[in-house]
Order: sequence, then C-alpha cells, then structure tokens
Amino acid sequence: MISKVVESPAAAVAGIRNGATVMIGGFGTAGMPATLIDALIAQGAAGLTVVCNNAGNGDTGLAALLKAGRVRKMICSFPRQADSYVFDALYRAGRIELEVVPQGTLVERIRAAGAGIGAFFTPTGYGTMLADGKESRVIAGKPHVLEYPIHADVALIRARASDRWGNLVYRKTARNFGPVMATAAACTIVEVSEVVGLGELDPESIVTPGIFVHRVVAV
Amino acid sequence: MNKWTRDQMAARIARDIPEGAYVNLGIGLPTLVANHLAGGKEVFLHSENGMLGMGPAPAAGQEDPDLVNAGKQPVTLLTGGAYFHHADSFAMIRGGHVDICVLGAFQVSVAGDLANWHTGEPDTIPAVGGAMDLAVGARRVFVMMEHLTKKGDPKIVDRCTYPLTGVRCVSRIYTDLAVLDVTPGGLAVVELVDGLSLAELKACTALEAPQ
Repeated sequence: MISKVVESPAAAVAGIRNGATVMIGGFGTAGMPATLIDALIAQGAAGLTVVCNNAGNGDTGLAALLKAGRVRKMICSFPRQADSYVFDALYRAGRIELEVVPQGTLVERIRAAGAGIGAFFTPTGYGTMLADGKESRVIAGKPHVLEYPIHADVALIRARASDRWGNLVYRKTARNFGPVMATAAACTIVEVSEVVGLGELDPESIVTPGIFVHRVVAV
Repeated sequence: MNKWTRDQMAARIARDIPEGAYVNLGIGLPTLVANHLAGGKEVFLHSENGMLGMGPAPAAGQEDPDLVNAGKQPVTLLTGGAYFHHADSFAMIRGGHVDICVLGAFQVSVAGDLANWHTGEPDTIPAVGGAMDLAVGARRVFVMMEHLTKKGDPKIVDRCTYPLTGVRCVSRIYTDLAVLDVTPGGLAVVELVDGLSLAELKACTALEAPQ
C-alpha cells in the first residue's frame, strides 16, 4: 500500500543536502509552508539556493531560514517589502546573492522545468536591465528574451488537503506557486491542514495530481 | 494651478473601462480605480497572485490570510470569482487576455516606454514583481501618476532616465493635469484639467518624439 504521508515535519525534510536548490511556495505568507521551513532550519542544511517569490517577511518562515544563515542565494521577483528587513540586512552586508526575475518569467521558468522544456522566448523584460546579456530574438515582429528553466532538488509547499497518494487541493490565493513548484523538483514535500481518505477528494477538483508529490505531512 | 485629485483621476480612468473588461490594477495609486467601478458595471478584476473577480477589503475581523491581493493586503472574492495558480495567472497577463492594466510610474517616455520598478540608485534593492509582465502583456497599459515629481520635474520625458520596465508599452497616460494618448507621432492630448492651456502643458511635458 502506497502512502506518501510521513509522521513528522522532521521526517518530511530528512535528507535535504547542503547546497541544495529549494523552492518555497507562497506569496508573502499566503501559502508559505512555515512548518516545513522550521523543520528545515532544525535539520541544518546550509548553502542553499532558495527560489521563492519574496525574500521573507518579519522574523518567521523564510525570514527565519535567512536569519539562520542557511541561504547562499535567493532567486525571486520581489525581495524588497515593508517587512523584509532580515533579507535587506543580509543583502546590504554582501552576505547573500540575489537574482531578480520578473514574476511571470520566474513562474514560467519553474513551469518549464517541470514540463521538460529546454528554454523559452518571452517578451517580458526585453529592453530592460533584467535582459542584459541574454539572447533575444524577434518573433512575429515582437522582440523576445531567451530564458532557461529553474530545476530544484526540493520543493516545500503548503496545500489544504492531501490523500495518501499525494493528490492535492489548495485554499484560496494560498495556491499561488504550489502547483507549479510541485512539478519542478526532484522531491516535492507538502504540508497540509488535513489528510483525507482516498476517494474523498473530487477527481474533477484535484489541482496537483499525486505524481508530482513525494512526501506529505499534516500540520 | 488647478489639478485633478487622486479620486478624480481614478474616476476618470474608471469611465474608460468598459463593462466586461478583464482589468489588473497595479499596487499603489491604481488601486483607487476599484472604488469607482461600482454602480452596475460588471468588470473582472485580476490579481496576479491568482484570482479573478477580486472584491473589496473585508470588514474588520473578517480577514483571511489565505485571501490577499498582489500587495498582500486582505481582500474578498466576488460571487463567480475564481482562483488559479501563478503560471495560469501570468498566462492571462502575458498571453494578452487581460484587457487593461493600470500601473503607476516614475517616468513615461513620449514613445510609451515605461519606468516604474527601480530607481537605479546603488543602495536600493531591486524588486520587480509582475510589472514587466503586465507592461508587455496587457492589451492596453494605462499609466496613472502625478504629472510632476515632488521636486517639480516632468515625469513625461523624451527618454526615461530610470531603468525601464517595458519598451513602447504604454497606451494612455492619466495625470493630475491631463489625459494623453501615446501615438506613433507623439503624445495626443485627450483632455486637460480645467484652466490649463496647451502651452502650459507643453512647458512641463515632452509631447513630441525627439528628433
């Protein structure tokens, strides 16, 4: 009998290595897998590259991981926020690398990784400093920029409910990056509010099919 | 000098948004436009974090941390609204499905170049969010901004000096002094605030493409 449900957040994040690329879901704190991040801090992996839309809020979640000095590089679209002071201090001290990616390009690079696409041309960013040094091409009269996928070793995401096969449903705008990041990581780890029995999720309404999910923990 | 208030600017923009339009309102000043879309006109507000049919802020005590807008503030979902993931959300934007987006700006050039994400100063941390996708993707890009900076410098310029968000992407500019269309020959005056002459506007605005 297959069950992807593990007994604890510690078991869920076991084996994440130093230097790993870790995708973290959430838009601000909506959909941020705070329990898994706390478990990752306790687990101890360092030198991480983190892919997340933002660079942490306040002192908890991703901000706590940054504060613990575990992150070498952030790839995100919007690091600077009113309460991103942990990241801001690290960045100004030269203690963290930053790659800023337009939000739609960020999620499409993640989607491309999950979908087996080698690269893609997007009109976003053409003629701006974020396209400096990148290959460009005029397609159908419109200039485009070549962008490459972002693969991850691990994705940490939050969903509302899962069954033991890892089929997921989300809650409201907390869905955001979760379904896309789930496709792009070698190991997708999900914290959920509720584990339900097989068959309890409406097959027409499952957002992330279990093929993309490796470990589930109820929090 | 007579000026339109922010609410008057927002109401003016709302008048140009037809019923049935799919609309994204940028963070900051453009969010005021939502207050003027009521009154029987059905307009679909898109929020790039993953929602169509965005409603107003909830009553105090009714906030839901899982239901926020692109500025991460609590909002509501209207009856008939939908949630979706980020790749779908930006497919809506980049794929030309969003009819209108309204964005704030530091500068707009006479050719319709937009600068609204980064001052370029060395000590600022760059943060772009969805601005570049909206700039190239929405079918029409409206800019809503004060006509002049706080120091009195023009924000409509021959060439942007701030880092660009998008090239030749702006359709129409709404300021506290004028409404201007971006055309191949330069900026065309749609409307001026009462009491402002064309000569006065020209004195603080680049209207024609630089030679």
